[in-house]
Amino acid sequence: MGAKMVPFAGYEMPIQYAAPEPTATGESSGPKPASGIVAEHHACRTKAALFDVSHMGRLRFDGEGAAEFLDHVLTRRVTDLPVGGVRYSMVCNAEGGVLDDVLVSHLETPSERRFHLLVVNASNRAKILKWIEPHLADFPTVTMSDRTELTAMIAVQGPMAIEVCKKLFSFDPSRLKNYEARITDQFAKPVIVSRTGYTGEDGLELIVRAEEATRVWENIMLAGREAGFTAAGLGARDTLRMEAGMPLYGHELDETVDPFSAGLNFAVNLPNRTFIGDEALREIKQKGPSRVRIGLLPEGKRPARDGCDVLDQDGQKIGAITSGGPSPTLGVPIAMAMVDAKHAADAQYQIDIRGKTTTARSTKLPFYRRAVS
Amino acid sequence: MSRDTTKLRYAESHEWVDVTQEDGVAMATIGISKFAIEALNDLVYMDLPEVGRTLTVGEEFGEVESVKAVSPLYSPVAGEVVEVHSDLPDNLEALNDDPYDFGWIIKVKLDGDLPDTLMDHAAYEKQCSQAG
Repeated sequence: MGAKMVPFAGYEMPIQYAAPEPTATGESSGPKPASGIVAEHHACRTKAALFDVSHMGRLRFDGEGAAEFLDHVLTRRVTDLPVGGVRYSMVCNAEGGVLDDVLVSHLETPSERRFHLLVVNASNRAKILKWIEPHLADFPTVTMSDRTELTAMIAVQGPMAIEVCKKLFSFDPSRLKNYEARITDQFAKPVIVSRTGYTGEDGLELIVRAEEATRVWENIMLAGREAGFTAAGLGARDTLRMEAGMPLYGHELDETVDPFSAGLNFAVNLPNRTFIGDEALREIKQKGPSRVRIGLLPEGKRPARDGCDVLDQDGQKIGAITSGGPSPTLGVPIAMAMVDAKHAADAQYQIDIRGKTTTARSTKLPFYRRAVS
Repeated sequence: MSRDTTKLRYAESHEWVDVTQEDGVAMATIGISKFAIEALNDLVYMDLPEVGRTLTVGEEFGEVESVKAVSPLYSPVAGEVVEVHSDLPDNLEALNDDPYDFGWIIKVKLDGDLPDTLMDHAAYEKQCSQAG
């Protein structure tokens, strides 16, 4: 498919698809189709895009007490997650630092076997497996299996995604609400269909057996051809999630960040629960976090990237950019930063972009919110 | 006017150089190749040097930024910057269509000869075809 591949978390991943074939001095280049990160980004916002996200880790939990086990490991309550429900949660250490941000689903097979599925970040999969194992020892009836290699994961994201996928499975995914999932099939092969995503658009995330992945991908591309579906890579996935104000592990989140600093209070359920990190998180919540995640609109055209220092109006360093780049939808640079909590409400900041200072105005996250029909 | 790309010299880092004589002074016009522009794709920002700055061979004189990454621009020659194409940063999409004429970036009054390391068109084409 003419994808430009880059190594990521042990996988060869497409950063973008169908970039124009560069010729050395190329006088003969006629009109060429739109391609690359920006074209993929716009396709997702206006039609739909397909992402191969098989690198994400998929861990399955079976047996009596699986919900109680996950409830112990996750910051979000799991014991009351109904079959068909999906929740976004953190895995925290005892200090309240974020080990990973995850999606937990409660699913039921056609033979009425119930299990929980944890989707973790590719770069954190080994760490989470290692973290979970000793805690699992206290729940002898619960078994964990790493399904990552046996399965593949495809995200179909965009305003046309649900409509086009309506007839592709035995179950019509338009019947799912946001953050609902269920097991269905395509040509008698099982597919987990989840109305979730990482782009700010409506859409689905599908998990299929690894050997079915190409067929399912091609079926969706074929069904979406008239609607203008496109394959999209990690580059567009990053600009889309940035506009949607969604954190990326290793940028907005790491073990030195707690969920409250990252502005993810909704992913922590404290009342009437005990779980790993709960005491630390109660204390942080009571005192207030020391840092906060903010949205920034840098002036001019020059993007501020992660790692750039954020300064107050007196030029003192108060934080750093965690993610930043041009926003294809807004046509201006956007950035997220972690800054000292006492500067959380400042209207303006300075950003040091490789030695030159740019003024940036504070803005509410997300940068982009889709129109809800 | 259209620049003949077969007569230009090229740096390994994809800058092109066109040397002309202006009132007996050797002037180098510098830009970046179509190959580089297409490989970068989706340009969003360009940073230019000040007029009057003295550059050495291989010195970073600016940067060009795509959606995904920042790429430094390296001077293929030594000399003084006498002119910068200040309209270019606001018209980066035009750089895609016309990297060799409208797409010139800076003009440098040459100090000494062109470095031997610069490639001719055939050698540069070869480098690009091997990169693909």
